[in-house]
Amino acid sequence: MRRLRWGGTWLVTVFAVVGALVVGAVLIAVGDARTRDAATYFFSYPWDTFTEAGYAVRDAYAALLQGALFNPALSGTAALGPISETLVNATPLILTGLAVALAFRVGLFNIGAQGQIILGAVVAAYVGFAWDLPAGLHLLVALLGGVLGGTLWGGLVGWLKARTGAHEVITTIMLNYVAVNLLTFLLGLQGFQRPPYGQAISEAVAPSARLPLLLGPSLRVHLGLLVALAAAVGVWWLFTRSTLGFRLRAVGANPDAARTAGMAVGRLQVVAMAAAGGLAGLAGASQVLGVTGSVTGSVAGTVGFDAITVALLGRNNPYGVVAAGLLFGGMRAGSVQMQSATGVPVDLVGVLQALVVLFIAAPALVRAVFRLKPGGARAVGSELSAGWTR
Amino acid sequence: MELELRGITKRFGALVANDAIDLVVREGEIHALLGENGAGKSTLMNVLYGLHAPDEGEILVDGRPVTFSSPGDAMDAGIGMVHQHFMLVPTFTATENIVLGSELVRGGGLLDRRRARQRVVETSERFGLAVPPDALVADLAVGVQQRVEIVKALLRQAQVLVLDEPTAVLTPAETDDLMRVMRELADAGTSIVFITHKLREVRAVADRITVIRRGRVVGEASPSSSSEELAALMVGRDVRLTVHKAPATPGDVVLDVEGIRVTDGAGTVLLDDVSLTVRAGEVLAVAGVDGNGQTELTRAVVGLQAVDAGRLSLSGEDVTGEGVAGLLARGVGYVPEDRLHDGLVGSFSIAENLVLDLSSSPEFSSGPALDRAAVARNAEARVAEFDIRTSSPQAAVSTLSGGNQQKVVLAREMSRPLKLLVVAQPTRGVDVGSQEFVHQRIVAERDRGAAVVLVSTELDEVRALADRIVVLYRGRIAGEVGPGATQEELGLLMAGARPSGAAAASATASTATDPERDSA
Repeated sequence: MRRLRWGGTWLVTVFAVVGALVVGAVLIAVGDARTRDAATYFFSYPWDTFTEAGYAVRDAYAALLQGALFNPALSGTAALGPISETLVNATPLILTGLAVALAFRVGLFNIGAQGQIILGAVVAAYVGFAWDLPAGLHLLVALLGGVLGGTLWGGLVGWLKARTGAHEVITTIMLNYVAVNLLTFLLGLQGFQRPPYGQAISEAVAPSARLPLLLGPSLRVHLGLLVALAAAVGVWWLFTRSTLGFRLRAVGANPDAARTAGMAVGRLQVVAMAAAGGLAGLAGASQVLGVTGSVTGSVAGTVGFDAITVALLGRNNPYGVVAAGLLFGGMRAGSVQMQSATGVPVDLVGVLQALVVLFIAAPALVRAVFRLKPGGARAVGSELSAGWTR
Repeated sequence: MELELRGITKRFGALVANDAIDLVVREGEIHALLGENGAGKSTLMNVLYGLHAPDEGEILVDGRPVTFSSPGDAMDAGIGMVHQHFMLVPTFTATENIVLGSELVRGGGLLDRRRARQRVVETSERFGLAVPPDALVADLAVGVQQRVEIVKALLRQAQVLVLDEPTAVLTPAETDDLMRVMRELADAGTSIVFITHKLREVRAVADRITVIRRGRVVGEASPSSSSEELAALMVGRDVRLTVHKAPATPGDVVLDVEGIRVTDGAGTVLLDDVSLTVRAGEVLAVAGVDGNGQTELTRAVVGLQAVDAGRLSLSGEDVTGEGVAGLLARGVGYVPEDRLHDGLVGSFSIAENLVLDLSSSPEFSSGPALDRAAVARNAEARVAEFDIRTSSPQAAVSTLSGGNQQKVVLAREMSRPLKLLVVAQPTRGVDVGSQEFVHQRIVAERDRGAAVVLVSTELDEVRALADRIVVLYRGRIAGEVGPGATQEELGLLMAGARPSGAAAASATASTATDPERDSA
């Protein structure tokens, strides 16, 4: 029974990705100049339109794939550039996706990952440039600082909910604004801002606190990737093997029964939000210590929100989150190559990402389009609404 | 009008909810549809009411086949339904509720309230269904709300009236009143389908009885059949309806509740100066109509509900304000009234639910990790001991029947040594076969020396299990009686009347009565 249902979910997920690619193909064809030219004489030579559209779509998706995985035109480690970029993009998505998924499993809708990332990045960067510690230890302390920053930011949300009943959706959104403005303030503050104080950028993190690169100096993929994968295993262990995870899942699935069984529901919600914040904070730390080396206003990018789609696509399951993070990270990386090679704008990837989630949120639609048997996946919306009502 | 269901089959996936059911309801008869929870009664009625399309079979009205694709079609054909949970708008008056959906309109799209009110009054007078036309539904007693539902159906020219478990929410007096109304309606030519699992009521009012078990009609019975015969038909084997138990041998006071008071957020008093004591080795039953403070009482006793005043003590120790976890650790077991809401995590496996409150105990954990082998071993043992019918202990608990879910809750609570067991509505939604088992386990726990508080709205259950009975009425204790109290005595107390035979209440429980309320 369980296996069947999982199978149904899995199929819907795969078909959602396929469906998104099909819709994306239509957009590519419509946006392609040669296809449009061919369409002007569509009624004389209709086949021309389709061939041109086919070429355009093939070239765009081939470039996307190449930009995400492997570049055969280059030799040596440079050929691995695309896959390295994919992994660099995927690292914060996986960590933050886990942050959203963990909270989700406990019935909390964490929209505040953005703010938690920023706090993690700020604390990690500060430890990284202001403190002077031996190599290795410095990195560890900086990473823990990032976790701490996110934990406090997330835990605050949990505490507000447990103590006052304030809904986490509202408080996380508000705290995102606070975090963004805090960051702007810090980037203009002497001691944090980098001299000569012309730009909104922080001091540079000391080399002793940088995450080592995994595949040599020419590729950006860094140790943060392994941290993210370890975090995924950790979250999996937490939920499937630990007593704390057992209680967290119970609170997520039925808070009333959890309370009746003597669990401290409020305290567990604080723990969940703090742990989620810690994971997002780790994502921020990993960006600063592994990629940028300093904090700017755009340190979090849109990762905090993309992570929600990663968690949804991954069905709040740690392995699913890793897979979804890799997929979206790859699309991100490939989109640059796609734009430079074929002129299809990088924004197409944003559209694809949105379509995937849209299809997953409406499993009935996917089933109708692909004629799957009913009774498989639950709508993601049902998980969302559970997050809303509690 | 004569209604016939012929060979109705309804499947939900692999489950056959109705299997070739034949049913004939003659004009002016009260036809009882008797069956356990989950036997397929409600599915059959939903087919009749146009909510489900049957997979096979047909519905005939006066010999002509009809198809209903919506409740509207069924209503047009003269079929009315009173659901177990009323479909009324609480902030509307009785009249407004009754005409809702078939409003009378004057010129310009205005509602014709005067004529609507007049029709409501006419209908209610014709059938002896007293309904205050201008009162807000929210202010009406449950029994009156039910009459509003019935008038609503009759006003739409219902000739077949389906009543789905109508007595579940009524006091004995209201039940008697409903039966009188049913009889009058039937005499006036209306056919009534009376869905229930209560044997006493069936025997009191039905003209004919159709018994359904596991989606099939297993037989017809006459109202003169004995309860044992009907129960055996319903369950498919002989059932002991009485619980065999030795006289109680009460020991020390375990639970002492002194003058507790509970109010909700809006300031409404839900429990007012309630005091009671329960001794080791005895069952104190708390009777009363649903919603008179039983829920708050049980929740207060297990620490889920904060009390505004009063004192709770357990074996002489003050435990007022102690949380659930602390009370569970002191040996309190709790079987909540709504097990899927409070007792079980539906998506968790049976094994996980069996350790829901024990996940961090040394028995089931090693350090921060859950000892999954121990959890599985425990599940195997409990499933066998409590005869939980399942394909696997790893199956989600929501896939079990109501009775087996209740066994999971009982098994979990009774797996610890208990000083006090609080059971609320232990057999609600539990099939007759499992009821017997549940009752035996409760008595066994008493005999082992636990103090038991049983909250139930089923009088038969209260009288079968109780060593002492207190009745709650509007948040107060209306009186205490012995287990031999008659239906009438209990009924009067449940309706808030001053107890006559309860003056000799036992010294162990103080009764709080309010003269003003009692005269109501």
